[in-house]
Amino acid sequence: MNAAKRGSPNVNTEQVNPTEKTPVFFARGLCKNYTMGEVEIKALRGVDLELYAGEFVVFLGASGSGKSTLLNILGGLDSASSGEVTYQQQSLTNISERELTLFRRQHVGFVFQFYNLIPSLTALENVAIVTEIADNPMPPEQALKLVGLEQRMHHFPAQLSGGEQQRVAIARAIAKRPAVLMCDEPTGALDSKTGIIVLEVLQNINRELGTTTAVITHNEVIGEMADRVIRLSDGKIASIHENKQRRSPSELKW
Amino acid sequence: MNALQHKLQRDIRAMLGQILAIAAVVAAGVMVLIISVSTKQSIELSQQRFYQTYQFADVFAQVTRAPNDLIRQVEQIDGVNIAETRIQAAARFSLAGFDEPIQGQIVSIPDYSEPLLNRLHYLYGGRPGAGAQNEIVISEPFADAHGLHVGDDIHAILNGRIQALQIVGIALSPEYIYQVDPNSILPDYARYGVFWMNRSALAAAFDMDGAFNNITLSLQSNADSGYVSDSLNLILQRYGSQGAYGRYEQVSHRFLSEELQQLGVMAVVLPTIFLGVAAFLLNILMTRIIHNQRQPIALLKAFGYSNRHIIQHYLWFTTAVVGIGLLGGIVLGMIVAQPMASLYATYFRFPEFIFGLQPRAIAIAFIVAAIAGVTGTFRAVYAAAKRPPAESMRPPSPPIYHRSWLDMPWLQAWFNQPVRIILRNIQRFRLRASLSVLGIALSASLLVVGSYQFNAVNEMLTTQYRQILRMNLDVQFTDVTPGRALYSLQSLPEVDYAEGYRSVPIQLSNNRKEWRLMLLGLNDHSELRALPGWQQALPTDGILLTRYLAEDLQLELGDPVSVRVLTGRQQQLQLPLAGVIDEPLGLGVYMQREALNRALREGDVISGAWILSQEHTYATLFPTLHEMPMVASITQFAQAEHEIRTYIDNTILGFMAVMFVLAGSITFAVVYNNARILFAERERELATMRVLGFSKAEVAATLLGELAVLVVLAIPLGWAIGMLFSWLLVTAMSIDLFRIPFVLSPHIFALSAIGVLFAALLSLGLMLKRIWQLDMIQSLKTE
Ligand SMILES: Nc1ncnc2c1ncn2[C@@H]1O[C@H](COP(=O)(O)OP(=O)(O)OP(=O)(O)O)[C@@H](O)[C@H]1O
Ligand SMILES: [Mg+2]
Repeated sequence: MNAAKRGSPNVNTEQVNPTEKTPVFFARGLCKNYTMGEVEIKALRGVDLELYAGEFVVFLGASGSGKSTLLNILGGLDSASSGEVTYQQQSLTNISERELTLFRRQHVGFVFQFYNLIPSLTALENVAIVTEIADNPMPPEQALKLVGLEQRMHHFPAQLSGGEQQRVAIARAIAKRPAVLMCDEPTGALDSKTGIIVLEVLQNINRELGTTTAVITHNEVIGEMADRVIRLSDGKIASIHENKQRRSPSELKW
Repeated sequence: MNALQHKLQRDIRAMLGQILAIAAVVAAGVMVLIISVSTKQSIELSQQRFYQTYQFADVFAQVTRAPNDLIRQVEQIDGVNIAETRIQAAARFSLAGFDEPIQGQIVSIPDYSEPLLNRLHYLYGGRPGAGAQNEIVISEPFADAHGLHVGDDIHAILNGRIQALQIVGIALSPEYIYQVDPNSILPDYARYGVFWMNRSALAAAFDMDGAFNNITLSLQSNADSGYVSDSLNLILQRYGSQGAYGRYEQVSHRFLSEELQQLGVMAVVLPTIFLGVAAFLLNILMTRIIHNQRQPIALLKAFGYSNRHIIQHYLWFTTAVVGIGLLGGIVLGMIVAQPMASLYATYFRFPEFIFGLQPRAIAIAFIVAAIAGVTGTFRAVYAAAKRPPAESMRPPSPPIYHRSWLDMPWLQAWFNQPVRIILRNIQRFRLRASLSVLGIALSASLLVVGSYQFNAVNEMLTTQYRQILRMNLDVQFTDVTPGRALYSLQSLPEVDYAEGYRSVPIQLSNNRKEWRLMLLGLNDHSELRALPGWQQALPTDGILLTRYLAEDLQLELGDPVSVRVLTGRQQQLQLPLAGVIDEPLGLGVYMQREALNRALREGDVISGAWILSQEHTYATLFPTLHEMPMVASITQFAQAEHEIRTYIDNTILGFMAVMFVLAGSITFAVVYNNARILFAERERELATMRVLGFSKAEVAATLLGELAVLVVLAIPLGWAIGMLFSWLLVTAMSIDLFRIPFVLSPHIFALSAIGVLFAALLSLGLMLKRIWQLDMIQSLKTE
């Protein structure tokens, strides 16, 4: 079960104290409008937010409340209509498409509900596709070891279960040693047992690599493993709750 | 409008570019069919109309001189409808301001009425006044060439006497639709014309009072033409007849038939190739597009739509594609076909040009396109509908890939992941990739078909005019002349070299097939006339034939050939076939000159001479030659070559240029479609790569890399298929006038490769826009 723990001897295990508040992301007055013909949809209506180095944040909120929109803007997949985002004091709001690509390439790892692995590449190669273009990556084998898949390195996506595919996606996201890991409903397509394995992997990465991790979920329970739980409602932050005690995924039940 | 119809509308709008590209493939195939068929059809219709309205004769015969009364006997022959006698002669003409000699055929028309047969269509003016001796009607192409009008003057040398004549009419005749000097194969409107005068005027000039030298007949619909000819020959025998002949041996008709036959072949072979390829491409493209719709198809099934319903839905989609293609093809085809057909028509003078379009051609196009589209759609939809609908409910399962020889360690070092994606995709979908390669190759092969003739024709003419006909001038004598006449030519300062030849009109026959041709007697080892494939001395008994002719007459080496001489003593000779000659232009019958003279029981005589001389000396040479009483006419080969090149450029090559453009459009449409389909299939993967931090250019490279591999594999295959198609076309298109050789020059290969690469680049440009606008979030959100 704790394969990920076993396979992490020589990575950067610098422990980060979440209370030592250095904001990695800093957002003020973020708005995002979609124009659909005559109608304007306000997906975000003025979000103020900080994400701190090394913390584990869970985003909760009703469908359509703007969670994905917010994460996509923070991760450099999309840009805001108005407002300001900075990543380590550098603005993300007024930079070119090329610079955004570079930002993603160097600093952000993404994990999606539907894995989005490249079917024609093996697990190892799916990870290698990222390490080949990153500045300071870990070897792909090591990333797969971190998610406990060292035995399945040469399997193609079609030969892996959903949970295994999602773990390959996580290995692919962390192999570049990103500063942040953005996960949009990473357990959405998985049963609870498999979901817990995936969450454990995310927690280990967060602990051992100190990667700031943001997870979107509809599952209230998952909030219990986070440092902070941020609730969105109707394009705004409704509440921020800090957990005194983070629970381990294996203790969660749903 | 129900939801499915909305879906259909949206699908069509979303794929408009692709639909138009596939429709373009169909349209190009249809256009080729329509252009080829209607060009042939138009000429055929115009010809038939002209023949009928102006009473083109069925049987012709030339005699030396026969009494007019003879017509009574001819009219008695069973099967003869109308018989008409006339006077016909060769004559020389001269025009003020035109220094070169003009040859002409002058034909009599009745003084007091229209001719019964071979009537004239007057474009300007009319027939000579009753009994007028100095009035002449000239042929329209000749009038055109010199800008002559009714009322202008022309001088004729009739039977040695110069006569000033006034032009009273400009006309066309069904007998001279294709107007050519019997000695050459192509028209030269400035130097050869056809003229008509009153019978009384010609009778006076040629001492033909109460006599005729030419007779034409029309036949009853059920007549036995063989019997009529035989009976006519019997009647005319005593009057120096050269034998009756039918339309097929009449020069203009013969040429037109040849041209129509060639067009007929093109009208079958070209559309078969183009429409066949278009149908195949339509089929695979539809299959591919619908294959990508299997998710929505499974979904529709899950909702409870029946297979029939779903197939119907997609058939509407196909109908839209095929419909646009057909309609576009028909409209564009008709727009292009009309000028194409009238370009041909400028070589054939018709009073009215009837543009014909066979409804059958359109029906064929419709059926072929519909079958190809419907089967493609049916196959793909059926395969998709057969899958359990539950598949659309499950999260998508990635397609299965395997490792292969491409993963050998020593190869591995060379590849990065994007390259690996390209190679694995091609390997995984081997059938699909092969079909794409085949599709692109087929379109490339059309480029080969469309372009190879340009070089082949050039090669053919170069062979003919540089290697076979090495002389500059051909001087024809009025009569056979003793061989020593050559000295008077050789002694001229302008003449570098002169060589005599003997030519005699003959009729070749074997197995009921007959050919009226000139038998050419050559010197051994002639300096000016090469016989390709014949290096040794000429046979002393026996003749050589152009290979095409020997094959047409089904003659083997050594077979006796029956040769009937049409002039002089009209001997009937049996000469063995001693060899065949591979010459691309015209038809030839050759013999050693001495042997020919011996067979004709003549001494050392020549009927003309070939001359080598410099072009700048012509100004003094021509007048000198024309002073010589023995000289009848002069042919310049540079001019002849120019004319045949122009003719071929305007007809065949004009036609092929249109084909080339269509082949180019098909190529583009196919490559573009392949790119679009690849993009649709890889969209999600490309979006993922963008999320992972690959730049737009890097993402574009993986997609285009795959396309590039397909294109590079397709080019050589396209060459191979194109060579096959070209060979088919050349073989089918051989006619008496010329046989385009099967030569494949590097240009053709380069041209087709460039065509495909250009199409790929253009598609790439259009695809870049899509890759640039690729919405990462949208593509990743749902499956
Ligand atoms: N491309 C788009 N065009 C128009 N509207 C959009 C687009 N993307 C998102 N929206 C709208 O923006 C709002 C927020 O969407 P978002 O995807 O962020 O919601 P979410 O909180 O992630 O929801 P879920 O939990 O269902 O994933 C929704 O009302 C949605 O309809
Ligand atoms: Mg969402």
